[in-house]
Amino acid sequence: MARSEKRSLGASLALHAGLGGAALIAVFPVLWVFLTSLKPAGRETSSAFFDHPSFAAYGELLSKTKFLTWFGNTVLIAGFTTVLGVFLAATTGYAVSRFRFPGMRPLMWTLLVTQMFPVAILIVPIYQLLGKFHLLNQPLGLILTYMTISVPFCAWTMKGYFDTISSEIDEAGRIDGLNPFGTFWRLILPLARPGLAVTAFYSFITAWGEVAYASQFMTGLDKMTLAGGLQTFVNQYTQNWSMMSTASVLIAIPAAVVFVLVQRHLVAGQTAGSIK
Amino acid sequence: MAVDTTTSQPTATAAGGDTPARGPRRTAGTPGRLRLALGKHWYAWTLVAPVVIVIAVLVGYPLVQGLYLSTTDANDKNSEKQIGDFLHIPASYKNVGLSNYTDILFGAHTNFWARLGWTVTWTVSCVAVSFVIGLTLAIMLNRKVRGRSVYRTLLILPWAVPAFVSTFSWRFIMNNDRGFLNHALQALGLPTFDWLNDPTMAQISVVMVNVWLAFPFVMVAVLGGLQSIPGELYEAAEMDGANAWQQFWNITLPALRPISSTVILLSTIWTFNMFPVIFLLTNGGPGDETQLLVTAAYQKAFTGLRQFGESSAWGVLILLILVVFAVVYRRSLRKQGEVW
Repeated sequence: MARSEKRSLGASLALHAGLGGAALIAVFPVLWVFLTSLKPAGRETSSAFFDHPSFAAYGELLSKTKFLTWFGNTVLIAGFTTVLGVFLAATTGYAVSRFRFPGMRPLMWTLLVTQMFPVAILIVPIYQLLGKFHLLNQPLGLILTYMTISVPFCAWTMKGYFDTISSEIDEAGRIDGLNPFGTFWRLILPLARPGLAVTAFYSFITAWGEVAYASQFMTGLDKMTLAGGLQTFVNQYTQNWSMMSTASVLIAIPAAVVFVLVQRHLVAGQTAGSIK
Repeated sequence: MAVDTTTSQPTATAAGGDTPARGPRRTAGTPGRLRLALGKHWYAWTLVAPVVIVIAVLVGYPLVQGLYLSTTDANDKNSEKQIGDFLHIPASYKNVGLSNYTDILFGAHTNFWARLGWTVTWTVSCVAVSFVIGLTLAIMLNRKVRGRSVYRTLLILPWAVPAFVSTFSWRFIMNNDRGFLNHALQALGLPTFDWLNDPTMAQISVVMVNVWLAFPFVMVAVLGGLQSIPGELYEAAEMDGANAWQQFWNITLPALRPISSTVILLSTIWTFNMFPVIFLLTNGGPGDETQLLVTAAYQKAFTGLRQFGESSAWGVLILLILVVFAVVYRRSLRKQGEVW
């Protein structure tokens, strides 16, 4: 806990200087992209913070590129990944937290080891597997792939969360005649809302910003997600800084919105997940 | 892949067959142990079933397939293909034993060791620097300071913005002749650098960008740990006359041990496998200077000849390295009396 402190003025100033400086570095790249997106064509690389600011580039991006299609694709994919991933992670986390059952330790280990899998080992087989089932260039293919990334981490986090909820609540539920699923669904899940928020955040961000799978699995111009689409603005010779910065701003907004919604829970949730 | 073609009877012990060992068990006098277990554990099993299925199909199967591919000469040309609706070309790659591995590890032209060396350097520097920065900021944020929640929100921002967006922004800022960084240095009369094209600078730059991306996770996790330390501990220490440094060294750090070990383990794994930063910032360049094992493997699979087999072998080696690391790390924690 923060202690009752008697700080000298100097120490206070140093504290603010440290935090302020760090915050500035944390914010600057994001801010810079935003400022760049407001600059008129041909002046994107100007070092001035403001240079004839206008929203012209946004109009151009939305009318002349497939940005909205990519945006829709990504919302769909990230949304489904989040909902499915959180649900699966919650049931598994609950089972592992509450019951001692055969196969539990191997399961926990598998979930841990899965997080170590480098993209390189799974990407080719998954690519071929999806190809076999005609799921390349299909949102479903990418959703399933993202589950392999988000579910293991989320299940661990949720387990940590459920561990902090007293099992007396389960017993109370059982006495009131609820079956295990009822207990889970009606009593425990609502209590674990902060944990759900954290895992949802993690799943969403993962799917929203994933690059490696997305650039290989979704190659049709109409099927791309934002991560892949943004790369079409860069080729070896020219970089369309204006389009890229404008798109970046529009991409960052939904992520930031989700983030603001869950960040209250972030500290608590992360700890519970990590310690246990 | 060992396919059991000799379906002879006596080896029908448990795991293999479809209807395993029903008879023997009955006669062994433990009737329905399976049923008993099922009755006791059915809800737990039902709850984990979806995840087990997802993991088995989407991780287990590809993993086995990847292991198999790593012993073949599979590439884009000889793999199974479906052209249009009618033309189906079966796979024609063949087994080459462990030669992918020997080529990678001992071949004359292998760049594996160079890439491994850089990957280890990259992982250690990224994890160490972001841990120290994250820890420092968490301790500062844990103080009573005006505007704390504002600072916290701003500091978590690098985590909230998709990596490919912020990586793009950094590339823009670090651009040699048009980037903000060099413009600013110039204006201040300081020397400028070719941040992303000079071999040494490129390595420093990718580490800086990754630290920028990674420190919020450490900060948030440590902050949670700090807030769970009971205040009485500090009060007691103060009564005993411990100064701030002693309190930090003897109370704060030990209390943060469990969370730090988890954070370091996770960050190490993530950093070792970090894909987007390298892929989007330098694409491994200049030359091969910033190429990590994981991006090198990716390049093998998806550029040029598309060497699926060789790429899978790289993947298997990466996984082995990480598993060994995790086991050693865990054991050393256990030795220090940590249950985890």
